[in-house]
Amino acid sequence: MIAQYIVNGILIGSLYACLAVGFSLIYGVLSIINVMHGSFVVLGAYITIYCTEYFGISPLIAALIGCGIMFVFGFLVQRYLINDLVTAPIFITFTLTFGLDLLLNNAMIQAFTATPRSLTLEYGSITILGVSLSIARLGAMVLALVLTGLLYWLLRHSQMGRAIIAVRMDHHAARLLGIRVERVYAITFGIGTMMAAAAGGAMATVFPITPLLSGVFLGKAFVICVLGGLGSVPGALVGGIALGLLESFGAIVFGSQWSTTVGFALMILVLVVRPSGLVGRKGFE
Amino acid sequence: MMADPTAPIITPTRVAAALLVAGVVIAFGFSANNYLLQAGTTLAMSAVLCLAWNIVGGFMGYPSFGTAAFFGVGAYAGGILQDAGVPLALAWIGAAAAGAMFAAFLGSVLLGLRGHYFAIGTIAVVEVMREVANNWEGLTGGAIGINIPILAGSPREVGIFFYLAMWALVAATFALTAAIAHSKFGFSLRCIRQNESAAHMVGIAVFRAKCAAFIISGLLISLAGAVYASMVAFIEPKDVFNILLSIEVPAMVMLGGAGTILGPLIGATIYILLRELVWVNFINFHSAILGIIIIAVIYLMPEGLVRRFHAQAWSKLTKRSPSQSGAGS
Repeated sequence: MIAQYIVNGILIGSLYACLAVGFSLIYGVLSIINVMHGSFVVLGAYITIYCTEYFGISPLIAALIGCGIMFVFGFLVQRYLINDLVTAPIFITFTLTFGLDLLLNNAMIQAFTATPRSLTLEYGSITILGVSLSIARLGAMVLALVLTGLLYWLLRHSQMGRAIIAVRMDHHAARLLGIRVERVYAITFGIGTMMAAAAGGAMATVFPITPLLSGVFLGKAFVICVLGGLGSVPGALVGGIALGLLESFGAIVFGSQWSTTVGFALMILVLVVRPSGLVGRKGFE
Repeated sequence: MMADPTAPIITPTRVAAALLVAGVVIAFGFSANNYLLQAGTTLAMSAVLCLAWNIVGGFMGYPSFGTAAFFGVGAYAGGILQDAGVPLALAWIGAAAAGAMFAAFLGSVLLGLRGHYFAIGTIAVVEVMREVANNWEGLTGGAIGINIPILAGSPREVGIFFYLAMWALVAATFALTAAIAHSKFGFSLRCIRQNESAAHMVGIAVFRAKCAAFIISGLLISLAGAVYASMVAFIEPKDVFNILLSIEVPAMVMLGGAGTILGPLIGATIYILLRELVWVNFINFHSAILGIIIIAVIYLMPEGLVRRFHAQAWSKLTKRSPSQSGAGS
């Protein structure tokens, strides 16, 4: 029984990690809190659902198509709507993305309606040592973890990844070294958006998705990033799995209606006691 | 506006202007129809919230998104007290006290944080408070909400009563804001906004000043929440702990000019006028229009209307150098 809770916690935690990693990356590099992140997750989920249901594409391919579309979308949003204000005080950038989110979310409600939709995949489930696992959710977890791992690897080993880290460390110095900082900002924002879309595609196999959920997803991204340390990829992974386990066990101890509150309360505690997050913030990944 | 700190605060012109505004407000209250009366009350409530937010967000420069938390605490404290049979005035005082205590507790926890962390912390508080109100059914009645006794008297008399009560609160809050702006305390807050470490170095009791500002702001917002609760006679968690309120209020203040005395009033007035004239016709696009207004203010007029039309000096002072404008270009 406990094993089942642990497995469920890790399963959902991996999706949370994927959800938060883009948010964290954008915060780390552009130093803005992207309020649109929750809506990006929902949009990614919708693209996956529509591609699967109407065009009969395999859900994996559909999720990847969603990632591609959302990368371009995020790139353009940053380039044309956010970039001019990216160095403005936090209050300004925060309020700007909040305004953009109101617009995007309202458009989504008009386009998709608020009715929840989900991706039902009949792949069955397997049972190992008394722990039951749905194949679809397992696949979602693998997708989320692979993408998160890939992002981590690319940041350390690809040229663009190293440019992103350089901009993150010191954007003035990066400019002097010939890095096109605006481009790096836009690409980073695109990658963050893409990760949100991937998380959305994976989430669609677990939760029914509606545009009204964007605030919930954003809240989770907040909590995870603060738990793991804002701006770090491994931190998002640790924070995501920690939150997954916390919600899984919090539901037993306090009842499931309190699970959100437990997450937020823990987050405030971590903010106050250890603002750098549980994993610290020493690396620049 | 704050150029000469030795200039007297109360001048004949200002007294005359205040009396004129008070006269117009009262005359409007007694002559308006029910719709206008309600719009006038909403405007007053927004003005109180903006003025109160401005103390923390404007003068002190702390990006607080906790308005809805204080508003909800005030609304629930007032509503619960009234349901327990406490008279209206005492219930409002109780709600203000609850708001102040809540702010003192929160401030001691959150005011150690800066920038992004403070913003995130205040948002989290709103979320936590809403969930607590949703789930603590013994105290708050849960997600169903609570009914609050309606005042005796005809609907019109009650409407005028709340209209005047809310405007009295505006007057008090405005006077307090003006007093703070011209006091040593207000000066400390502005120092904190500009450079907290430097403020500490020159001997300002930084943490105490921040807590005091937070408590004053929280008290006023809670009081407005309590008056609102008595007025609508029914509150529910998703209504009073609404995160949109936390973003609307800063947006209104920014429209008028954060950190000024008149800015919050002007911002609230324009915003509510826009809402009543434009939004009512586009009910499905309510939040999209709010979003567009926010984006437009940030792009076109981040310094606010008051500064744009007030002093030339200000525009010189804040004119961004090229190195600050583009993305760190």
